[in-house]
Amino acid sequence: MSSQAWTNLAYLAASMLFIVAFKLMSSPRTAVKGNYLGAAGMAIAIAAACFERPVLESLGERGAWPLVLVGVAAAIGLGIGTAMAIKYPMTKMPQMVALLNGFGGAASTFVAGAELWNTSSPLAPWSQVAIATALTGLIGSVTFWGSLVAFGKLEELPQFKKPWTNPNRHWINLGLAAATLLLIWGSAANPSSNLLFWLLVMTGSGLGITLTLPIGGADMPVVICLLNSYSGLAAAAAGFVIDNSVLVIAGSLVGASGLILTAIMCKAMNRSLVGVLFGGLGTTTVVSGDDVYDGKIKSVSAEEVAMVLEGASRVVIVPGYGLAVAQAQHAVRELADVLEKRGTTVEYAIHPVAGRMPGHMNVLLAEADVPYEKLREMDDINPTFPETDVVIVIGANDVVNPAARNDPKSPIAGMPILDVDKARTVVVVKRSLSPGFAGIPNPLFAADNTLMYFADGKKAVLDLIAAIGK
Amino acid sequence: MLTILFADVAAAPEDPASKFIRLLTVFLLAMWVGFEVITKVPQRLHTPLTSGSNAISGITAVGAIVIAANVAAVAAGGYRFGNFLGLVAVVLAMVNVAGGFVVTHRMLEMFQPKKK
Repeated sequence: MSSQAWTNLAYLAASMLFIVAFKLMSSPRTAVKGNYLGAAGMAIAIAAACFERPVLESLGERGAWPLVLVGVAAAIGLGIGTAMAIKYPMTKMPQMVALLNGFGGAASTFVAGAELWNTSSPLAPWSQVAIATALTGLIGSVTFWGSLVAFGKLEELPQFKKPWTNPNRHWINLGLAAATLLLIWGSAANPSSNLLFWLLVMTGSGLGITLTLPIGGADMPVVICLLNSYSGLAAAAAGFVIDNSVLVIAGSLVGASGLILTAIMCKAMNRSLVGVLFGGLGTTTVVSGDDVYDGKIKSVSAEEVAMVLEGASRVVIVPGYGLAVAQAQHAVRELADVLEKRGTTVEYAIHPVAGRMPGHMNVLLAEADVPYEKLREMDDINPTFPETDVVIVIGANDVVNPAARNDPKSPIAGMPILDVDKARTVVVVKRSLSPGFAGIPNPLFAADNTLMYFADGKKAVLDLIAAIGK
Repeated sequence: MLTILFADVAAAPEDPASKFIRLLTVFLLAMWVGFEVITKVPQRLHTPLTSGSNAISGITAVGAIVIAANVAAVAAGGYRFGNFLGLVAVVLAMVNVAGGFVVTHRMLEMFQPKKK
C-alpha cells in the first residue's frame, strides 16, 4: 500500500471519529468523550496531512524547512487558540464562537487562494476546481467579515451600537450581490485569474459586512448558527478544490449542524430565515408603552418579594440575556439554594432563543453549578406554570410577552413563549420599563399578578437573598 | 497482498466528472449523516455543539498544511506567495481548532454532575 493510501486511511479514521463525536453530543454524560474523540480525529487528520505525497516530495527535494515553518505556524495558532479558550468568560461565549467561526472561514478562503496562486497547470473553465475555488473564496470571506461584525455587535462596541438602517442598504446589497454573481461567473470561466478570485473575495467581504450589520441583538443566535454553517461549508468547498474527502466530510457535518440550529432558532422566534436576514423587526409600528403600562405597574422592594416567596412551594426562574449582562448566574444559584433549603422546589425555564446563542443560558447556569436536570425546555415546562406559585423573570422580556399569544397584530405574534403569565405571581426583575429587542411594550408587566422589581439583575438577586435571610 | 488488491484501482485514471461525482457523493452522504446525528442533540447542549462543530470546521488546516509545505510542485521559483498564504491559513485554522476544542471542553466540564 502506498503512503498516500495510508494517509487516506487516516483521513477515513478521522472522518469516522468526527461522526462519533457528534453522536456522543446527544447527552451531557457522553459529550466530554465526544469532544475528545473529535480532537483525536483532528490530530490524526493533521498528522496525516504531513504525509501527503506533495509534502513528502518537497521534503525529499528541498529538505524539512517548509514543514518546520508549518510546525511553527501551527504552534502559534494552537497557542493563541488555547489562550483565548481558557481566558474567555462564559458570559462572552457567543463572541468567542463568532471569532472562531471567522478564523475558520478566512482559513478556507486562504487555502483556495493559495492553491490557485501556486497551481502550475492551467485549469479548465467551469471545471469542478474552478467553481469550488470561487465558492470557497466567497463563502469564506462572507463568514470572516460576517463573524467580525457579529463579534463587534456582541461585544457592544460603540461603532455597532445602532443597527445599520441606511435607506439604500437593499440597493447596496443588491449591487454587491450582482457584482458577486458576475465575479463567480468570471472566475469560473477564467479559472486561472488570481485577480478575479481576490475581487470576488472583496465583494464577499462586503456582503458579509452589509448583511450582518442590520441584524439586531436578539437575532444573533440565528446569525451565529448561520455563520457556523458557512464556516463548515467553506471547508467542504475547499475539499472540492484540493480533492480531499476529510475536508468534505467534516465540512458538511458542520454545515448540517449549523443549518439545523438555524432552523431551530428561526422556529423558536416564529420567523423565517429571510425575515431575519433582510427584514428588520416591525420597526414601523412603534406602540407606546404608556397606554399599556399607565397606572397598572406595581413596583415592589426586595422585602416585598421576599414575603411573596415565603409561602411559595414551587418557584420557576426565567433567565434571559439580561442575566448574562448582569453576570447574575452565581447570585441566582445562591437564591435557588436559599429557597430550596426552605423546602421550595426551584426550576429554570429556558426559552430556545434566550441569550445570544443557542443554549447560552444552559452554559451560564451550568457555570454556576446548577444541575442540568433543573433546566427545563419550553414545551416541557409550559404546562406547569398554572401550578407555579412564583415565577421570577430575570433579564428576559420578549420571550415572556403574552402579546405573542393574544395579539395577532403584534410584531411577535405567533412566537412560542414561556407562559409565565399563567403562574400565580410573576416577579419581573428589570432595570426599567424599556422594551426588549422587539421594541414593543410587554402587557405582562401591567398584569394583575405581576410585580415589578426594578434593579440591576445581580444586585436585585443579592438584595433579595439578604431580605429572605432577615 | 494489498498492493495486488489495489493495483487495478490505482492504474485507472479518473475523469473529472467521476471525481466530482465521487466528492458530491461524499458531501451529500455526510450532510445526511450530519442531519440525522445532530437533530438528536438536546437544546441544553447547543452551545457546546456550536463550539465543537466550530473546532471541526478547522479541518481546513489539512488543506492549509499541504499547500504551505508543498515546495516540490513549484517550478524553479521555490517558496512562493501561495505557500505564505497557506501558512497564514495554518495559523487561522489552528486557532479555530484549539480554541474550539478547549472551550467546548471547558463548557462540557461544567455540565458534569459535581462530586461533593
